[in-house]
Amino acid sequence: MLNDITIGQYYPTGSPIHKMDPRTKLMMTFLYVILLFFANNVYSFVFMFLLLSVAIKVSKVPLSYILRGIKTIVFIIMFTVVLNMFMTPGDNVLCQWGIFKLTTEGIYNAVKMAIRIVLLVCGTSLMTLVTSPISLTDGMENLMGKVPILKNYAHELAMMMSIALRFIPTLMEETNRIINAQKSRGADFESGNLIRRAKALIPVLVPLFLSAFQRAEDLALAMEARCYRGGENRTRLKELKYTYLDRYGYMISFFMIAGVVTLNVFGVYLL
Amino acid sequence: MENMISIQNVSFKYRTGEGMEDVLALDNVSFDVKKGDFVGIIGHNGSGKSTIAKLLNAIYFPLSGDVLISGMNTKDEENIWKIRQKAGMIFQNPDNQMVATIVEEDVAFGPENLGVPHADLRGRVDEALNMVGMYEYKDKKPHELSGGQKQRIAIAGILAMEPECIILDEPTAMLDPKGRVEVLNTIKRLNKEKNTTVVLITHYMDEIVDCDNIFIMNNGKLEYDGKPKDVFKQVEFLRKLRLEPPFATRVSYEMNKSGINIKDDVLTIDELAEEICQLKV
Ligand SMILES: Nc1ncnc2c1ncn2[C@@H]1O[C@H](COP(=O)(O)OP(=O)(O)OP(=O)(O)O)[C@@H](O)[C@H]1O
Ligand SMILES: [Mg+2]
Repeated sequence: MLNDITIGQYYPTGSPIHKMDPRTKLMMTFLYVILLFFANNVYSFVFMFLLLSVAIKVSKVPLSYILRGIKTIVFIIMFTVVLNMFMTPGDNVLCQWGIFKLTTEGIYNAVKMAIRIVLLVCGTSLMTLVTSPISLTDGMENLMGKVPILKNYAHELAMMMSIALRFIPTLMEETNRIINAQKSRGADFESGNLIRRAKALIPVLVPLFLSAFQRAEDLALAMEARCYRGGENRTRLKELKYTYLDRYGYMISFFMIAGVVTLNVFGVYLL
Repeated sequence: MENMISIQNVSFKYRTGEGMEDVLALDNVSFDVKKGDFVGIIGHNGSGKSTIAKLLNAIYFPLSGDVLISGMNTKDEENIWKIRQKAGMIFQNPDNQMVATIVEEDVAFGPENLGVPHADLRGRVDEALNMVGMYEYKDKKPHELSGGQKQRIAIAGILAMEPECIILDEPTAMLDPKGRVEVLNTIKRLNKEKNTTVVLITHYMDEIVDCDNIFIMNNGKLEYDGKPKDVFKQVEFLRKLRLEPPFATRVSYEMNKSGINIKDDVLTIDELAEEICQLKV
């Protein structure tokens, strides 16, 4: 039951995007999200859409994986669309029920919002699909280390994340073991209403938490015995290195900015 | 020869909280371990073995007496990190001492903490992995390994710090027989080839029959300090300390008791077989 949960959603294909430095990918995604909110006409939206399509094509990640992210937020998208449709003030009223007015501006806004959210989710999904959790952690640590306020927490946060990644499979295995042990003692996890089933989980969670605390204590001891004293003066076996791929990445970033700005400005004349 | 480890009149108590009696875990214990030796520490549950290990690694500090590693006192604040680098420690549970998500990064964890330059790290990691025979597994994830393999990775993680001494606290207790053999062979090879001092804490006497020296603990006191051969034949003495002598020794003891004359200091099955074959019927 728990075996099919994967950590993160990394989908390795060995494409050039996979091989890029995680910092480049993080920066590009960040930039993409910002530009999505700058884009304000059909042409710049088409441009943003084309950018993502090309990226997906190059990454060789199946489209179904990328669309999976959308499925979980369909409700949020619908809610935003409806809200935008009826709550946008405008003059060109199509029909009206009480305070709810359906205007052309409203429809225009709703469509824009929907496109933004879909592209945003697809874009960020793509990033997690093409970057392994470990290199994502490394990239975040490195980038955070350059921001003055976040600097002091960068190493600790990254360490916490990587320890979590390390122990998720272990704890998963343990959960399975405890569930089986309780089942063999006659515990029933499958029948009854929601409350009964939730109650049946208590004898699983208690031993799981106890063992997790024990593990944490052991691990802390082992880390100290191996001379761990925080991030200061630590060296790294795998240092992040920019390659020619990242040069292309940053060139594409400038192209992205230039494209959106141009189309935003000249879109007015093109319309 | 120089002493790698020297424990001098050490006592240690655990605080157990308000109103309760503190546990005297070690009671005036003294012993030395020579450089390059392979020594064993045995004793029944709660006899103080793990406490000794933690004192050697400067995780705990003695209530009275001194613990010296290569002549450095663990009480000296400045020595702590040098001591932990010189005397590496392996714990019982192989799962709970792996930090990183990839084997080679876990092996690199110790030297990374020591600030070993990036250029030297790769070499150290590869050498350590080769030493424990796990080089092909360098890109694996910890949960893809068996218990014995994880324990060997833990050993590699210590080796990469280039220690002079390794302390292992029941490293085989959670392993199957195959894993036990793997781990034991690895430490024996280390001791022979790299002349690393080894302190093996264990419940199994079979694991330490060919040690240079053994220490037997009983209720926080050091009960015996000497060669394994001399003590393992004293079956009555061992049983009093709630220890079970190796299988071969037990057989020869029982044979002697029932009137068959056989050497009483056999330690391994092979020696026993040899002796039995020479019996005249
Ligand atoms: N954290 C602790 N707090 C209080 N008492 C402790 C603690 N750890 C150990 N003790 C006590 O100290 C004594 C020595 O324990 P120690 O762990 O050194 O024994 P051990 O020989 O390693 O036993 P085992 O073979 O079970 O590992 C025991 O009586 C134990 O109950
Ligand atoms: Mg112990």
